[in-house]
Amino acid sequence: MADPLLETRGLHRFFGGLHAVKDVSVAVPRGAIKAIIGSNGAGKTTLFNLIAGTIRPQGGEVLFAGRPITAWKPHRVAALGIARTFQTTKLFPHMTVLENVVMGRHARARSGFLAGMLSLPRTWRESRLMEAKAREILDDLGLDDLAGQPASDLPFGRQRLVEFARALAMEPQLLLLDEPAAGLNIYETQELSRLILRIRDRGITCLIVEHNMPLVMTISDEVAVLDQGQKVAEGPPRTIQRDPEVIRIYLGDDHA
Amino acid sequence: MILLRRYAVVLVGAVAVVLLQVVLSAWGATYYMTQITMSAYYSLVVIGLCLLMGYAGQVSLGHAGFFAIGGYTSAVLTTFNLIAFRGVPWVDGCRSLGLLVARQDLYGANLLTVSPLLAFLAAILLTSLLAFLIGLPILRLKGHYLAMATLGFGLIVYRLALGTAVLGQADGISNVPPLRIFEGLEVTGRQPFRVQNYYIAWAAVMAAMILGINLVHSRAGRALRSIHQNEEAAHSLGVNTYRYKLSTFVLSAAFAAVGGALLTHYNGSIGPSEITVMKSVRYLAICAVGGMANLGGALLMGILLNFLSLRGVFGTYDDAVFGGILIAVMLLSPQGLLRMPDWREARSFLCRRSHG
Amino acid sequence: MHYAQIVQYSLSGITVGSIYAIVAIGFNIIYNTTGIINFAQGGFVVFGAMTAISLSRFVPLPVAIVLAVLLTTCLGGLVELVFIRRCRDASILRLIVITIGVSILLQEAMLHIWDEKVRSLAYFTGTAISTVTILGAHFSPQVLWVLGVSAVVVAALAVFFRFTLTGRAMRACADDRMAARLCGVSDRRMVTFSFMLSAGIGALAGCVISPVTQTQYDMGPPLAIKGFTVAVLGGLGNSTAAVVAGLLLGLLEAFTVSQFQVAYKEVVSILVLLLVLVFRPNGLFGGREIGALRAS
Repeated sequence: MADPLLETRGLHRFFGGLHAVKDVSVAVPRGAIKAIIGSNGAGKTTLFNLIAGTIRPQGGEVLFAGRPITAWKPHRVAALGIARTFQTTKLFPHMTVLENVVMGRHARARSGFLAGMLSLPRTWRESRLMEAKAREILDDLGLDDLAGQPASDLPFGRQRLVEFARALAMEPQLLLLDEPAAGLNIYETQELSRLILRIRDRGITCLIVEHNMPLVMTISDEVAVLDQGQKVAEGPPRTIQRDPEVIRIYLGDDHA
Repeated sequence: MILLRRYAVVLVGAVAVVLLQVVLSAWGATYYMTQITMSAYYSLVVIGLCLLMGYAGQVSLGHAGFFAIGGYTSAVLTTFNLIAFRGVPWVDGCRSLGLLVARQDLYGANLLTVSPLLAFLAAILLTSLLAFLIGLPILRLKGHYLAMATLGFGLIVYRLALGTAVLGQADGISNVPPLRIFEGLEVTGRQPFRVQNYYIAWAAVMAAMILGINLVHSRAGRALRSIHQNEEAAHSLGVNTYRYKLSTFVLSAAFAAVGGALLTHYNGSIGPSEITVMKSVRYLAICAVGGMANLGGALLMGILLNFLSLRGVFGTYDDAVFGGILIAVMLLSPQGLLRMPDWREARSFLCRRSHG
Repeated sequence: MHYAQIVQYSLSGITVGSIYAIVAIGFNIIYNTTGIINFAQGGFVVFGAMTAISLSRFVPLPVAIVLAVLLTTCLGGLVELVFIRRCRDASILRLIVITIGVSILLQEAMLHIWDEKVRSLAYFTGTAISTVTILGAHFSPQVLWVLGVSAVVVAALAVFFRFTLTGRAMRACADDRMAARLCGVSDRRMVTFSFMLSAGIGALAGCVISPVTQTQYDMGPPLAIKGFTVAVLGGLGNSTAAVVAGLLLGLLEAFTVSQFQVAYKEVVSILVLLLVLVFRPNGLFGGREIGALRAS
């Protein structure tokens, strides 16, 4: 197998006495869609936060394209080309949909404080480009008619989509999706599947934390299962479905 | 046309300023200009604070401290007599370069002090540097702890000013010379220069407004707003939140320093009364009532409230008025009274009874 | 320094420090129940003293003090009802700014009710010139009152929170508001009560220290800041630690005065505040978990 795009090796994280993430090693191959599943409290979002830099691991490493990025701050991780969405949508409530997505272009631009205050001509061009690209993405996701609306006014499903668009605006190599299907109805979930597959076809690698089994089984190339902070199974969806340990976790001992 | 709307405040403001001056001069009421000029310099602090609080979302209860550092630096450098060092080579060298100037004080004694222009630059640089050094540790603190830390900073500056001989202790520093920009144009409170100084102050304010408006609409400004509205999301998009907060902190301190230095030259003096907690609270209250993220509102309120205060309209209740304004704004509308107020919230507040 | 001088300074430091500790405990009570830092706490201390001074002209001293404490307690409740209760979901920062505004209004009110003159309450026992001599150091018997009252207050509060129903209800509220509500504790009432309690003990502290430090309308904010410093130094919310921290700060101030100019005494305590906030935000006695105070 070619070098994985993202790899964690033996990640550990404690919260007080709780060993939230215990010696977790996963690898995400380039261009793949990998899902991480497990019951609540299994450590999935913590794992995400460790990768994205929101919290520091107390052991182990994170490697991106072979490069160690362990404990890097979130903005540096983002600059590398790793985008993420959140379990509870974190849009900028007092900005419009367009402005939210334009924020996704932040890392691709340069102008700083001084250039901004003096309103130098190069900032105008940069602004125009940022906005154009943002509109492109909104178009792509069918959100162009909502561009001028305040983000907080949108219905839940649309807000999720805007957060998606914002993450895509970063033109990332790796997309971390934290429970993207949470709160979506059947139709919206199907739309989401199609979207994720489309993104993968453009060459963006995806790592998804999800509870929604049909979604996971349909679109994932690989699945890793966490239970109480540890990885208990990893492999293609079909294999995972039949893994006795996984069945025990989800359905109890009787069914194994 | 976007440009016109963006700078509308500045354009309207400029017209209003000129009209006001013409009217006041015609009525022979130019003495009002003094208070307006002073209010304008105070408003420089408010503009900077507005950027820090309304956009970057960081509270400072010690901005009077930066105002004072700017003012005192200017004052000390332009009044500290180096005449004793005349004859020392580098001192004479500085003098020939124009960095030091010789003049005579009120009593005819000879003085050798730093040139006001250089002192002005030094004031801004020193304040910015101090803001940077102080901001480094304290901007890592969360909301209310940051507020208390800035409060502590303001208090330290106050106590140091009160306790240090060089800074004039309780009397402050007086006999500060005018700041000469070039021949015929100087920052001073003297009568013949009144109209001139009115415009100098407003020029400074308008420059600050333009810089502020530019910043708000730039990539950096957007990043600031994103930090304020959802810091975690901003961080995940590549915004170096800590550095942006620090930069805004230093910038707002620089604005305050300019206001402080210019006002010191205008008044010819500065004292510890400029560094009290009440002053810092005042700036906060003005920012809040103008609309935290509303530069134009902050400016308007800054001029209005400071002018009324300087004219003595509030009498002995001066401090109480600002305290009351602060509470009222915080209770009724966190966005400030000059933003589209959340009338629903205000009405429900007034009608609401405490539920069990 | 002479031995006697050391004792003198130490005693002075402990006296003032115990008042700081009481103010800090007042902070902690409200902080524990609500998470707010009540900046008006210093104002309550001054108000209590001022009220007692005025009342003592009409009634005997002990009665005046009791009445003053009661009045201030009511004031505390009033402040909570009018300003704090309305803002159910306001951010902590907003509430703190409100308390700053309240402290200013309180100060201005006191300025207009009384005036800017410095006053002081009569000495509890003896007069301004009575002295007691211990270990070669001379000091006023009022100092013993201060230490005594502080000790009683701390002990009484400990008993209150441990053994009375209301005290335990307040602790429950502090620990987990929702759970307390589910157990039938009226959290709103507990919040009001915490303000009243803080105001009351603040007033008592103000009365007992007034003969020693005098009372003036604008002593509220500096006292509040010192109290906050002590509270943070001990670890916010930890009242036992606040006592130790208060004494420490008092001693530090006293010995600073002995070495440097009086004006720098204030600088020292503020420096302590800044250093603690930056380096040891959980206080000297707080745990290692950094979480709470850091932004990111």
